[in-house]
Amino acid sequence: MKKELTRQQYLDLYYYMRLNRAVEDTMVKLFRQNKIVGGLYSSLGQEAISVGTAYALEKKDWLAPMIRNIGALLVKGVPPRDVFMQHMAKYDSPTKGKDGTSHFGDLEKLHIVSPISMLGDLIPVMTGVAMAGRYLGQNIVTMTWIGDGGSSTGVFHEGLNFAATQKAPFVLILENNLWAYSTPVKRQVPLENLSDRAKAYGISSYSIDGNDVVEVFTTAREAVARARAGEGPILIEAKSFRRLGHAQHDPAEYVPKDMRAYWEARDPITLYEKFLTSEKLLDEKGKKSVEQKIETLLAAERDFAENSPMPPPEFAATGVYCTGDDCHKITPKWERPISEVTPPKSSVKPVWTVEGFGSGKSSGGANAPIHFGDTKVSLQTEIPVTAASAKPNGSKSAAKPAAKKAMKAAATGATRKARR
Amino acid sequence: MAATGTKNGTEITFLEAIRHAMFEEMERDPAVVLLGEDVGVYGGAFKTSEGLLERFGWERVIDTPISESAIIGAACGMSYAGLRPIAELQFIDFIACAFNQITNFVAKGHYLWNAPAPMVMRGPSGGFVHGGPFHSANPEMYFVHTPGLKVIYPSTPYDAKGLLKAAVRDNNPVLFFEHKFLYRRIKGEVPAEDYTVPIGKAIVRREGKHLTIVSYAAMMHTSLEAADALAKEGIQAEVIDLRTLLPLDEETILQSVKKTNKCLVVHEDTKTGGIAGEIAAILCEKAFGDLDGPLMRVTALDTPVPYSPPLEEYFLPNAKKVFDAAKELARY
Repeated sequence: MKKELTRQQYLDLYYYMRLNRAVEDTMVKLFRQNKIVGGLYSSLGQEAISVGTAYALEKKDWLAPMIRNIGALLVKGVPPRDVFMQHMAKYDSPTKGKDGTSHFGDLEKLHIVSPISMLGDLIPVMTGVAMAGRYLGQNIVTMTWIGDGGSSTGVFHEGLNFAATQKAPFVLILENNLWAYSTPVKRQVPLENLSDRAKAYGISSYSIDGNDVVEVFTTAREAVARARAGEGPILIEAKSFRRLGHAQHDPAEYVPKDMRAYWEARDPITLYEKFLTSEKLLDEKGKKSVEQKIETLLAAERDFAENSPMPPPEFAATGVYCTGDDCHKITPKWERPISEVTPPKSSVKPVWTVEGFGSGKSSGGANAPIHFGDTKVSLQTEIPVTAASAKPNGSKSAAKPAAKKAMKAAATGATRKARR
Repeated sequence: MAATGTKNGTEITFLEAIRHAMFEEMERDPAVVLLGEDVGVYGGAFKTSEGLLERFGWERVIDTPISESAIIGAACGMSYAGLRPIAELQFIDFIACAFNQITNFVAKGHYLWNAPAPMVMRGPSGGFVHGGPFHSANPEMYFVHTPGLKVIYPSTPYDAKGLLKAAVRDNNPVLFFEHKFLYRRIKGEVPAEDYTVPIGKAIVRREGKHLTIVSYAAMMHTSLEAADALAKEGIQAEVIDLRTLLPLDEETILQSVKKTNKCLVVHEDTKTGGIAGEIAAILCEKAFGDLDGPLMRVTALDTPVPYSPPLEEYFLPNAKKVFDAAKELARY
């Protein structure tokens, strides 16, 4: 497990994994007290992935979490109270009660894009953020996550292929937790390594142990650096296991006992504690101090969340549209000279030209028949008030008798009119 | 009748109006970029983006793979980062491929997490060109039923240019339908100087007192043609061009119907679930006492758009059908 990190990095990774688990443990308690409104999804056993990958990003970088990436949000700077309040549908939550779970974002400060429940949609969206960041000269990298299940959606392929063609500075973490709800990965994808999906897009990929936080972090750090350097998107498959059911309601009885036992013995936090202890980076005292810090923090955060009011009902009717500058002043943050993307500097020579084609000159000008139906005609005579016959197009060409006959039949059917 | 251009402007086609709007907006604001299938080197399937690549370069005029969800998704991401992307759907029929991205992702962001998405999704729509069932659609009502979107469907070059510019400058996701039948057939004057047309405002194209015909896009021209024929029989029809379907300008419709007491809605979209049903409901709610007759509608049939010319002609509304319906309504 040993890699060359600073002491602070080692301890940060530990802190955030513990915080991730403690936040989710707290939410299980809230759920059992009926204080959580909707479903509760767990990342138990997958904390190393959320934490290790998000920790590889810089402050200016963007991420978009999936439902099991509470850890990534905490690393990016989201306070635990926001996570609690989202689940409790409170008025002080980031979405003020309009959505739950990890479905919230922050465009201005933290650079977080909110997910939706439909899997894979974030991939082209974060590709777009990455392209915009490059265009504006910001030198950012964007990151999102997808599951083994979500990697079979159409938009996964559309998005990753588009990112690849654009060489977008984008890192996609494929969390292979072996289960899409109740369907095992072998019934979803006929691949041993889901990172092989990357071959189809001509991009680099890694398959790593998702329960080894140091490996996750160092791989993500390398991928982020490569993406930032202009190598294009990179796919990281992190292999792990979903220890609980799809959500709280699901006891996951479909999971084989020996599979569960194997992964429970490989708990990412326990593994990391052993490593830190053997490397003398953590002792009992240090461990206690982290636990104490988290306990104090979460008690206060939970208090705040529980005391937050529910939203006023009429709030439901507000906010569908941005009403303009008073609502959001949208100003792109340029970090390159605008002159680079405006004429004359932006201007390029056409790749190829065909004499007269589309130029409005030799091929009939603005009325050039570029596509079907685009022939010169005035609308007034176009839509017939009464059915009328018209002569077919191209009848003067050397058509074969049979074709001529067919055209004649069509003509008497009074049909080609709208083309002319 | 309201002006659709100025004397000092030049006369351009509907298609040129679209191209000029994009050109001028990209010139005005470097945050405006265009992406879509074949929009760059080829200049778009209908040549709406011809010349844009040469002027603004590869970073701002982006040819994409055939991936409508990726086009819309990437445009949304760009808008989150402060750009104002224009996403072209090569034919608007293919917007169905990006339905989830538009209705679940793009449309809900501002309501749910206060994220504005200033982006335009535009493309050629409509029939009369024998494009068949997958190149002739009028899918506007799927999106009129989606809170968070704005939906524009203009009928003149002046409006097309002014509304597209307004759409680019709007902070919300805007769907912009361009009736391909009008592209090269309709010409109109546009001012030389910069202008916009407000989103959400209908316009009275022809004043009349006997009945109101509410319409938009290609059917607006059909309605005017029918109104000319009606006038010869002494029936003065008022013709309203909706221009924007979402938000709908109820005020202009109500004002007219309170004057004429009769309303006929003409749309090229299929009948069931078309905007006519919505307008009927609004009139029942807000002008029931003013109605002297039933709301009538002339629409396409409730079928897919058929390919063969006689079938398509039968499927589509035309001026004769509008004329007949209006005469019947006028008798009340």
